[in-house]
Amino acid sequence: MQLAVNIVVLASIYAMISCGYVLIYRVSRVLNLAHGELMMLGSYLLLTVASGISTNPIVALSLAGLLSLTVGVLVYVALIRRMTGESALAAILVTIALGILLRGLMVLLWSAQLQYPGQALALSNAPIEIFPGTRISTFALTTVLVNVVTYIALFVFLRFSSWGIRMRAAGQNPLLAAQRGINLHAIYALAWGLSTFTGATVGILISIDSGLDSTMAMIGLKAFPAALVGGLDSLLGALLGSLIVAAAEVATIQHVDPLLSDVVPFLILIVMLIVRPWGVFGTREELDRV
Amino acid sequence: MNAPYSSRRRKWLSWSLLMLVAIVFPFVATPLLLDLSCQVFLTAIGALSLMVLTGYAGQISLGHAGLLAAGAFTVGILSKELMAPFWITLPVAVVVGAILGFIFGLPSLRLRGAYLAISTLALHFVVIYGGSEYETKRGLSSGIIVDPPTMFGVSVYDGRAWFFILLFCSLLTYLAFANLLAARTGRAWGALQTNAAVAEALGINIARYKLLAFVITSAVTAFAGALFAYYRGFVSVEAFSLYLSIQYVAMIIVGGMGSLLGALLGALFVTILPYVIEASLLLLPFSENSAGATFAVNYAAFGIVMILFLVFEPNGVVGIWRRLVAAYRRARQP
Repeated sequence: MQLAVNIVVLASIYAMISCGYVLIYRVSRVLNLAHGELMMLGSYLLLTVASGISTNPIVALSLAGLLSLTVGVLVYVALIRRMTGESALAAILVTIALGILLRGLMVLLWSAQLQYPGQALALSNAPIEIFPGTRISTFALTTVLVNVVTYIALFVFLRFSSWGIRMRAAGQNPLLAAQRGINLHAIYALAWGLSTFTGATVGILISIDSGLDSTMAMIGLKAFPAALVGGLDSLLGALLGSLIVAAAEVATIQHVDPLLSDVVPFLILIVMLIVRPWGVFGTREELDRV
Repeated sequence: MNAPYSSRRRKWLSWSLLMLVAIVFPFVATPLLLDLSCQVFLTAIGALSLMVLTGYAGQISLGHAGLLAAGAFTVGILSKELMAPFWITLPVAVVVGAILGFIFGLPSLRLRGAYLAISTLALHFVVIYGGSEYETKRGLSSGIIVDPPTMFGVSVYDGRAWFFILLFCSLLTYLAFANLLAARTGRAWGALQTNAAVAEALGINIARYKLLAFVITSAVTAFAGALFAYYRGFVSVEAFSLYLSIQYVAMIIVGGMGSLLGALLGALFVTILPYVIEASLLLLPFSENSAGATFAVNYAAFGIVMILFLVFEPNGVVGIWRRLVAAYRRARQP
């Protein structure tokens, strides 16, 4: 039972992260390899808000979320927009460069020590017994709930709201979308903003649950296989992929070797790339194949 | 008749001058400078092979550090377990690199661009896992110590000896690649990179040449990794993080895609930059607490440099140089 709970928690974390990859890839065909660093930045922003502006959890959390959204939009406007028309590779390299730039800046600004934003906000993270003998920490449970809410919100947003429909249109055919008067740059900026927001949200939840240091960027990278297994342009796929990767990883920790568990997502990724590179629910013809 | 003769003489003169400098340099340089130049030569071998793979054959790899690690670990494991001398470990490292290159290259037959980059990234983690698994299973969690190679009964640990060995190896790599690129293989790669469909129509076996590119460059990279193991005398997975792969990618971007000279310049730049940063940080007034921050500044600086080149000068230093030369020629013309 505890195993199942662990899988669900890890899957929720991966799902929250991978929806960020999917949002950007689906709308603009850019792989954002700085996603892990951007979600780390969200947690550090929370730390700064908590120490400088307000320790009221609601104020601090919403302010940090808002700042992350702004950061995402700024990243697009200042950097990724310039890569329009360049090769897909150049865009990836720019996100990698952005990632190491952010990593350096974050260590300079906030040091490399393990820090606890939960303490700064005076939040308690008591374990809750949901089933007899099965425990889950408060913020791990919150992560699961937030993940459910996020996915429902994203589905509703993309299906029914006019901005969501524009986003899907831009992803399907940018040229036609632009012809119909959709402002592509605004759409892309929105996708980056939303992606950074969801990433920062889960980053903040992880950091409150188990502390914050530079290992978080690695969690972000490990979530990428989850997005790809499901299909890089499918939200439903991201959900399923996260479950597969999390289950495999937890099972490896439990039964084989904790050292191997860090590699398991990448092994799954390689197998998937060989067997079905477009993912479980991904669009086949969209894939950049030979 | 006079002009070509004088230009040939000038070329000859500059080459012999360069050679003289290379011979005299190790005897006058400080240990730090000597170590730096050895590092540049080592890095240049890896940068050259990544340049051939990406800049000429058009196949991206984010797993370069994994291949270096494979070479270094082959040396480490063989010399630790079997006490194997360098003339066994080096060829084995090359073979291991070639096999890994074949595996790294397999996804390239089905994928390209972003997806290929991701698959090499994943393979990087798999190779590194293999290394760390060996380290933990053998209780060598801090790394493997490699004895200096013994050549004609003399063990090589002198910096000057290494200078000449590494200079020779990097020169050899440069010449071998330059030759390969001028030959049929290089032209096939060029066709492949420009337009795969046309290349196939011209009778170029795409799968074969793609795999060949991966196999050759990976073998050379593993060779560089093996030399690294001997030069440092120490192998550990810590040295082969993803950041190292990114550094190599930074080299070919900064140097200029599609130019072997660019790979050399990139290797020089990326190797020197951390030392320049460290030296300039020491000049700052608050240098006491910045000791731990040096690596963070390095990260940030690399990020900024890569972004600047990608956004403003995708052809790298070589591109800038060519533009300057062209402008100079235009200005000289009446």
